[in-house]
Amino acid sequence: MADVLVVGELKNGELKKISKELTSAARKIADAIGGKVHTLIITDNVDAFAGDLKAVGADAVIGANLGDFSPEGYANGIFAVIQEKKPAVVLMPHSAQGKEYSARVAIKANAGIVADAVALSVDGGKVVAKKPIYSGKAYANFKVSSDIQMFTVRANSQEVTPKDGAGAVEKSGASAGEVRTKSLSKDLSGGNKVQLADASIIVSGGRGIKGPENWPIIQDLADTLGAALGASRATVDAGWISHSHQVGQTGKTVSPNCYIACGISGAIQHLAGMGSSKYIVAINKDGDAPIFKVATYGVVADLFEVVPALTSEFKKVLG
Amino acid sequence: MKIVVLVKQVPDTETNIKVGDKSINEAGVKWIISPYDEFAIEEGIRIREKSGGEVIAVSLGPDRVVEALRTAYAMGVDRAVHVKVDDYVTFDSTYTSELLANFIKAENADVVIGGRQSIDTDSSQVVVQIAERLNVPHVAMALKLEFDGNKVTATREIEGGTEVVETSAPLAVTAQKGLNEPRYPSLKGIMSAKKKPVDVKKPDELGATGSKLEVVSLEPPPPRIAGRKLEAADAQGFASQLVKALREEAKVI
Repeated sequence: MADVLVVGELKNGELKKISKELTSAARKIADAIGGKVHTLIITDNVDAFAGDLKAVGADAVIGANLGDFSPEGYANGIFAVIQEKKPAVVLMPHSAQGKEYSARVAIKANAGIVADAVALSVDGGKVVAKKPIYSGKAYANFKVSSDIQMFTVRANSQEVTPKDGAGAVEKSGASAGEVRTKSLSKDLSGGNKVQLADASIIVSGGRGIKGPENWPIIQDLADTLGAALGASRATVDAGWISHSHQVGQTGKTVSPNCYIACGISGAIQHLAGMGSSKYIVAINKDGDAPIFKVATYGVVADLFEVVPALTSEFKKVLG
Repeated sequence: MKIVVLVKQVPDTETNIKVGDKSINEAGVKWIISPYDEFAIEEGIRIREKSGGEVIAVSLGPDRVVEALRTAYAMGVDRAVHVKVDDYVTFDSTYTSELLANFIKAENADVVIGGRQSIDTDSSQVVVQIAERLNVPHVAMALKLEFDGNKVTATREIEGGTEVVETSAPLAVTAQKGLNEPRYPSLKGIMSAKKKPVDVKKPDELGATGSKLEVVSLEPPPPRIAGRKLEAADAQGFASQLVKALREEAKVI
């Protein structure tokens, strides 16, 4: 059998959208190579998620209780499930956590891995993974030649397609095992209400917002849309906002469905981080700004007038 | 402390990339040290300055990566090692991590530091894979590192904030922006770096089992959906057009 194993993720006890995206992608691969889709969720309450994952093609939904996140513990537990299920293909999220455990899992399983894939297809029974390289200035297609083919996949890159899987629920006895890094404390106060990495809408501010006192104009629009708040490097370097908001080469790489750039000129390092967004809106007074070269919709106007008008217009239509 | 810093040479972001069949055309490409690796070099030097020991810079790639090692020398590392492979090998994180881990194992290093990702492939795999191969703990996205003998306390970036963790050396670390401010090489450093030896290692000597990735093809990026500038008399006009476009045309909100 050529089964596909998906590692899903939860956030605050809820299923992240990437879990469905990967299950849906796995269904297409499994149908092409003739196998089942197993989706692993790290939880002691797997029953709560079985229905949602079955509806996008999971034949089996596996729960493993590995405790609080640690890259080593998750890698140990995920590898135990791999040994049991012997999948031909493993899909993991290219999330903050996924980047860490996937690296360890690949070595444990003696598998080749393609990280940050944005498209998956099947050719001659093998998965072909496409990923942007050189800051999105080229795309590379890879096949993995080891027995197990592993991939981490970028959030928002895969369609979620309804398709019924068998949806059997299993509880795995896999454990976290030995973990050599101990968490002493966490500080989540400076962070975003919505995470940039998997946000489907991002509203970002650049130097054009003129000063930190003007973030509320951008934040209001983000809140209205349920979007994450992003920032350009210039605003972070000026100390107007914390680095955790930075989008771009030395910040986060994002691929939302919609990226609204307010007062951002569009330096190449910024475009490297957001250039794969599906739709880009640019609001900037300078009509020659490079951001307009990638913008789906360009608004050459003063953001201090347009952004509040946009917020109130969205409030009207979104109720 | 014996500290190994991993240095990858990548095309400068501003460089124009011409895509060939399975590799890029290197003519006219300006090469730099991947920015996150500069934080790694700086941190390696700072650990040595506090705790003593030795910093070894390692770079994997074709002959041109020696330039990156010269820069590392100019910043203050003690030794430089060039693992000589063709550039396409650096696409394959498991092969890369195997070569580097075998070298580090032989050196018996206490700390391995690399950037949180390289800006050419953005895979975030190699350093943590090395940790797994060496059977040591790791700290990813480090913002602060403190050593007390073998005990290590680190602050690292996590989704939505920061986390303080405790672990012990030997370990691997990935450097995030904020860990330090990389120093500029001094003129004296640059001059003396030219004369320093660079040790060359070939894959056979490092006993790696080989690549697990096949490069099928490279291609230029997909063309973007043709953009358009909206026309309106005032802010309200722009707002209503945008809302309409995003809801009815793009259907993303």
